[in-house]
Amino acid sequence: MAKVLIQFAHPTLSKSNVQKTLENYARKVPGVTFNDLYEHYPDLFIDVKREQKLLLEHDIVIFQHPFYWYSSPPILKQWQDLVLEYNWAYGPKGYALKGKKIFNAMSCGGGRDAYASSGYNRFPVSQYLLPFNQTAFLCRMEYLPPFVVHETYTIENYELKMYGEHYASLLAALVHDDLNLAELGQVEYLNELFKE
Amino acid sequence: MQETFFFQAMIYLAAAVVMVPVAKRLGLGSVLGYLVAGVIIGPAGLKFIGMEGQDIMHFAEFGVVMMLFVIGLELEPSRLWRLRKSIAGLGGLQVGITTVVVTGIAMLFQIGWKEALALGMIVAMSSTAIVMQTLDEKGWLKTVAGQSSFAVLLFQDLAIIPMLAIFPLLADHVGAADGHGAGSTSLVNALPAWQQAVVVLLSVAGIVVTGKYLLRPVFRVMARTGMREMFTATALLLVVGIAVLMTSVGLSPALGAFVAGVVLANSEYRHELESSIDPFKGLLLGLFFISVGSSIDFPLVASKPAVIIGLVAGLMILKMVILFVLGKIFGVRNAQNFIFSIGLSQIGEFAFVLLSFSVQEGVLGKELTDTMTAVVAISMAMTPLAMMVNEKWILTRFCLVSAGLQVQQRLSDVEEQDNPVIIAGYGHFGNTIGRFLRANGVEATVLDNDSDNVDFLRRMGQKVYFGDATRYELLDIAGAGRAQVIIIAISDEEKRLELIETVKKHFPNLHMLVRSSNRNDAYDLMNAGMMHIYRETFDTSLRLGVDALKLLGHRAHEATRMAKTFFVHDERTLKHLSSIRNDEEYIHAARKHIEELELIMQADREAVHLNALAGWDRRAEVESA
Repeated sequence: MAKVLIQFAHPTLSKSNVQKTLENYARKVPGVTFNDLYEHYPDLFIDVKREQKLLLEHDIVIFQHPFYWYSSPPILKQWQDLVLEYNWAYGPKGYALKGKKIFNAMSCGGGRDAYASSGYNRFPVSQYLLPFNQTAFLCRMEYLPPFVVHETYTIENYELKMYGEHYASLLAALVHDDLNLAELGQVEYLNELFKE
Repeated sequence: MQETFFFQAMIYLAAAVVMVPVAKRLGLGSVLGYLVAGVIIGPAGLKFIGMEGQDIMHFAEFGVVMMLFVIGLELEPSRLWRLRKSIAGLGGLQVGITTVVVTGIAMLFQIGWKEALALGMIVAMSSTAIVMQTLDEKGWLKTVAGQSSFAVLLFQDLAIIPMLAIFPLLADHVGAADGHGAGSTSLVNALPAWQQAVVVLLSVAGIVVTGKYLLRPVFRVMARTGMREMFTATALLLVVGIAVLMTSVGLSPALGAFVAGVVLANSEYRHELESSIDPFKGLLLGLFFISVGSSIDFPLVASKPAVIIGLVAGLMILKMVILFVLGKIFGVRNAQNFIFSIGLSQIGEFAFVLLSFSVQEGVLGKELTDTMTAVVAISMAMTPLAMMVNEKWILTRFCLVSAGLQVQQRLSDVEEQDNPVIIAGYGHFGNTIGRFLRANGVEATVLDNDSDNVDFLRRMGQKVYFGDATRYELLDIAGAGRAQVIIIAISDEEKRLELIETVKKHFPNLHMLVRSSNRNDAYDLMNAGMMHIYRETFDTSLRLGVDALKLLGHRAHEATRMAKTFFVHDERTLKHLSSIRNDEEYIHAARKHIEELELIMQADREAVHLNALAGWDRRAEVESA
């Protein structure tokens, strides 16, 4: 059994379709803590002690957010700047998060094709996520491939339902340690684990 | 009689009004202005006043009593205690050594030892009035030089008591000794020595006890009457009463007033007392300086200029050297030591008392007394000049630190007493600000004019002063000239506008942050030119609104942004509306703004929606298509 913490960041959730669906599925999975950052810190004044305590109580951390301007909404950056303290998250006196797994679960307006050298976004999503990857590395955490929902503006309801179910399955598998770790190294997105 | 009085008052006031601004303009300080005014209207000049100058001087010396009361008010007992070494050491040695040296020199000039000793004691005194006034004007009171000067002057005031006792013993014909000298209005002279001592001690104890326990309730009652003149009358009564009591037991009134001041230094009424006494003190001191100027006997000076000029120069240099050496021993730094030793180099007003006393007691001869009186007056007149020379040439030439002297000391003043922030009005609104600033290490000088509130807050351990913050004097004493920010948190709208006008007029560099009750009040404040206006309920209402939205299921961050949008819009509207207060136009504009507000709120909600939908992806997709 592993405990999963979702660090959720969406400044305008009431207008979001995809993220709302993902949230609804995620909240139903036992063993998952859903931490809604903008709801807790509407003015971005983050309670560092509370956040650090939450991190220590969990084994897997997920940044769930829309992919704004090739990155996350600002509160996640603020969160990293404040919570991942020197000599706590990294540095000679502390690697408090050592060995924990971490990845991004994102909704993305553009299609997957766009994120390639031939596409208009030129680079794969994994390259845009390098700052998260490296942050995890510095904190001696294990950075996993992302879970991504593409083309959110044209998505059909049945597709959205499928994504939601995949996300819930992924979370349940993480809670029960059911993931094939050898397989993880080979996929680009965690979504691929659920494709028949 | 009355006409004479009014005529004289007119002459004195006119002389002061003309000469002091001129002197200040020339950078000479007010003391020299008064002295010159005295010379001009005196027997040597326009002859408006003659021999009565001396009597006026005695009357005006009461200004010195008031000054010591005010100095006492500014000196908390703990600070006085820290000065004990300077007072006893520096002051004691200055009086002792100067007396001995002058006595010795006088004896070299074939003057009998009794007369020589009397001269020595007279010369040892410096002028509290001139020195403190000048130091205050230059803002040097809290510097090392200022504190040392004050310590010496305080000791001299104490030394007067034994001196008055010794003087009769120096008389050649003992019979005159128990006559009615200057200190002889005393009621206790008839008592044996030990009883006299008991009476003196009881009087001082009485002042301390009264000041500590009795005066506060009295002042509170007076403050509650809401009549400013009653408060002023009480303050004056206090000082005059002390003077009467002290004189009747044979003590220096100035000393008694000083003790009373120190006792009241921790009181919440300190600033108000100070501002009540200040104008009287200033005028009386001015009168005193004028009478000193008018009493300089120019015919006498003209008859033997070499002797008198020699005596003035010789005695001043001698005093200065002694002070300088002592200052060095007591660790007064170079630049400060020049200010200290040159400042105290004159012979003080108390010499006049001792001189007339010694004539009555037959200690000194008439000729010597007249010469000395002229010497004393001239030395006092020379002090501001000497200090100016000191400042202009000596300080800049000999002391490397002198260039930054004033600035440096201003800064240390701020650390010691002047707070960067003044909070006027310390009710619910003001005290939250005060607590917040304090939590962040910023001390504020607090003024409040509700005596019950002040009383309560002081019992809670806050440093709060009683007083009407709209008064220039109180603001000045509270350090408005040196503060950076004034927070106007008074609840009374008219008082706030009054205070704004006072600050605009007298302290144009002070930043004003103003509380306002509501929209209409905010308009008035804006029309008064205020930039920083804080509607007392606005932020709170919006915060409540945000929480209401949250309870209704809105997202916290979105509700916070809505409130911020609303806030910015409303502030903008307020500014626009304040520029069009013409009523009809106003109503029209107000209606328009409400409509506009609806639009903007609607737009805001849609903008958030659009933002979420029209992210970069869609645009990018369009571009790529």
